[in-house]
Amino acid sequence: MAQQIRKPIESGVPDNKQYLHPVMLKNYGNWKYHDRPRPGVLHHVSHSGDEIWTVRAGTQRQMDVYTIRKLCDIADTYADGHVRFTIRSNIEFMVADEKKVAPLITALTGSGFPVGGTGNSVSAIAHTQGWLHCDIPGTDASGAVKALMDDLYEEFIKEEMPNRVHLSTSCCEINCGGQADIAIIVQHTKPPKINHDLVANVCERPAVVARCPVAAIRPAMVNGKPSLEIDEKKCMCCGACYPPCPPMQINDPEFSKLAIWVGGKNSNARGKPTFMKMVASGLPNNPPRWPEVSEVVKRILYVYKADARSWERIADWVERIGWPAFFEKTDLPFTKYLIDDWRGSRASLNASTHIRF
Amino acid sequence: MAKKPFDTPMLDQLESGPWPSFVTGLKRLAKDKDYMVDLMGQLEHSYKTRKGYWKGGTVGVFGYGGGVIPRFSEVAAMFPESSEFHTLRVQPPAGMHYNTDILRKLTDAWEKHGSGLIAFHGQSGDIMFQGASTAKVQDAFDAINELGFDLGGAGPAVRTSMSCVGAARCEQSCYDESRAHRQVLNTFLDDIHRPALPYKFKFKFSGCPNDCMNSIQRADMAVIGTWRDNIRTDEPLARKWFARHGLNELVNDVVARCPTKAIMLKETKDVARGPKVSSVAINDTQSLEIDNGNCVRCMHCINVMTGALAHGKDTGASILIGGKRTLKIGDLMGTVVVPFMELKTDEDYAKLVELGQKVIDFFAENALEHERTGEMIERIGLVNFLEGIGIEVDANMVSTPRTNPYVRTDGWDDEVAKINAKKAQAPTLQPGD
Repeated sequence: MAQQIRKPIESGVPDNKQYLHPVMLKNYGNWKYHDRPRPGVLHHVSHSGDEIWTVRAGTQRQMDVYTIRKLCDIADTYADGHVRFTIRSNIEFMVADEKKVAPLITALTGSGFPVGGTGNSVSAIAHTQGWLHCDIPGTDASGAVKALMDDLYEEFIKEEMPNRVHLSTSCCEINCGGQADIAIIVQHTKPPKINHDLVANVCERPAVVARCPVAAIRPAMVNGKPSLEIDEKKCMCCGACYPPCPPMQINDPEFSKLAIWVGGKNSNARGKPTFMKMVASGLPNNPPRWPEVSEVVKRILYVYKADARSWERIADWVERIGWPAFFEKTDLPFTKYLIDDWRGSRASLNASTHIRF
Repeated sequence: MAKKPFDTPMLDQLESGPWPSFVTGLKRLAKDKDYMVDLMGQLEHSYKTRKGYWKGGTVGVFGYGGGVIPRFSEVAAMFPESSEFHTLRVQPPAGMHYNTDILRKLTDAWEKHGSGLIAFHGQSGDIMFQGASTAKVQDAFDAINELGFDLGGAGPAVRTSMSCVGAARCEQSCYDESRAHRQVLNTFLDDIHRPALPYKFKFKFSGCPNDCMNSIQRADMAVIGTWRDNIRTDEPLARKWFARHGLNELVNDVVARCPTKAIMLKETKDVARGPKVSSVAINDTQSLEIDNGNCVRCMHCINVMTGALAHGKDTGASILIGGKRTLKIGDLMGTVVVPFMELKTDEDYAKLVELGQKVIDFFAENALEHERTGEMIERIGLVNFLEGIGIEVDANMVSTPRTNPYVRTDGWDDEVAKINAKKAQAPTLQPGD
């Protein structure tokens, strides 16, 4: 007799109450304030007088089971067995006794997990899957992140930036890595090369035509087979046609470049949330450590560090000094490609005589 | 595990340096599993040739139409062991809280059925169990499902959600994020597990306007905590802050950075009184005075002077709809659709679920294929969307009124009459309310 197939339990989102530290459960919704005794440590105080200390550490995000077990061992030996992850893949250990903080930090750093990422530090990089697992990546994510975080290690474990700095990387223009103070995103520079032998079998052609933001794709017969063709004058190389139709090969080892974007901010603090802006492009996709990309990111970061006032995020800083000064101070070329020509672009032009001399 | 590892000179360069190395982790897994030997071989091949070699396909678990991300290798001839390397997207607990017991159990399940590689977490919030063969996907899911965890969304579906640390450990929490996250998402399990929407739909839950979940930029429906009453103050903490930071920081970092100039530094004897004024002494002679009627709840002063200043008690959330990244029409922020929704009672949370249901129903019926909610609103106009989900217009929904005359206004008098009738019914407001 055939084995009965198991029906799924549609349990949805697990209840976090079962995993919370007892002090957090007891003081749920009743916290009064927090401070940061040192980088990487948060200290929260409840209206009840209860206190909890959080030690935050960086991880490699793609973790093998041995790394996860090591983190669990540390949590069981030096903390209270309760952890959580931040949106940037940092792990947090919560302890109810201040005396546990120092040995916990020693255990983490001794095992190679940097303690930091709090307050005005450079936190870990939000990133995507890349060559490890994605079906459309122009580059790798974990490798570029590892290389850059090696360089920014000191900025992660210290709190010396004007305000917090969020970084992200994305392996295509879909930008799964998300908005950030500084983001690294693939920017293709040539239209897709079409494998006409495969299009008819693999792609739903009308859906691919509809996917193009600039209507550059149309159905065509090529070598007697139904395929697609691209108006290369219209194509702006976004790669939107590639996910629904893999024969539209947009990725190219040489012509898929990397661009740098700055000034994304999701918080409402001070100014309204902002989208990031492209400030550099044409950087080579250069594994395994992408030194050209790291150089530009660090250049922007350290000009910001030196020039911004306290509590200014990168968006706030540029708002104050203006874009011409940004390009001057960072010594990045302001090219014609940085002037927006997509819909709504006039809102990004300077409709005033507000000019700094 | 007899297989000899490939030479990986490029990946090897990612083992040096102080940041934790995923390559070291992959190598450790490859000691036990030929599967991971070939996976590393393929990744090194990608590094050398600067191209990816995974393609999609169709793989799933019994009863669900989504949640597994199929990956088949295009270079399986070179790396046969890892020719199938599928990911299970698994929904995290609200706020991403765990204990070591559950982490160890999840880890053991994945070591047994999968590659042993797990990402905490993917960009949509899923725990990503990366790398299982087609034959093992069902067993892996069954084991994880028995531990109380369920698959997340993929494709044109309601997607896995995220909520911040929230009320569990943050004084800035303005509602029960975990409750909202679970109650809303668990209402739409069918839409998560059986993709049938025009395109993806994402909820995200942030407990305050700092929006740690980045919901305004990437959620179709962002639930962002806020409050209506006055900022609360605590004099001992305010004095402590001032003693440590001094006048320069108070003026430059707090007063001057208020976006609506709602904070002033005053002699304590001159502080205004009134139902919308908060004030707190920072020393024996001076106080901060906050005009709450002109405070936009940006969080800055509360972030700087944590505890000395705190959000009010009349808490709930603002609901913003339509955020997403570039493709296809360009980046869209979520915009205000409900300026304030109280989130305290069972009925309040039921109303939030009801709103989510209305938005998803309207989206399902009116969006074009592969069109996100924000793009749909851009195409049909906010007013049509609001009428579709039964919400009245509100001046908080715009940055400015329209700047062009291209609108037919022959219903103007009727609209004014409706607004006046509503005003007449409303309880009379006292000055200062």
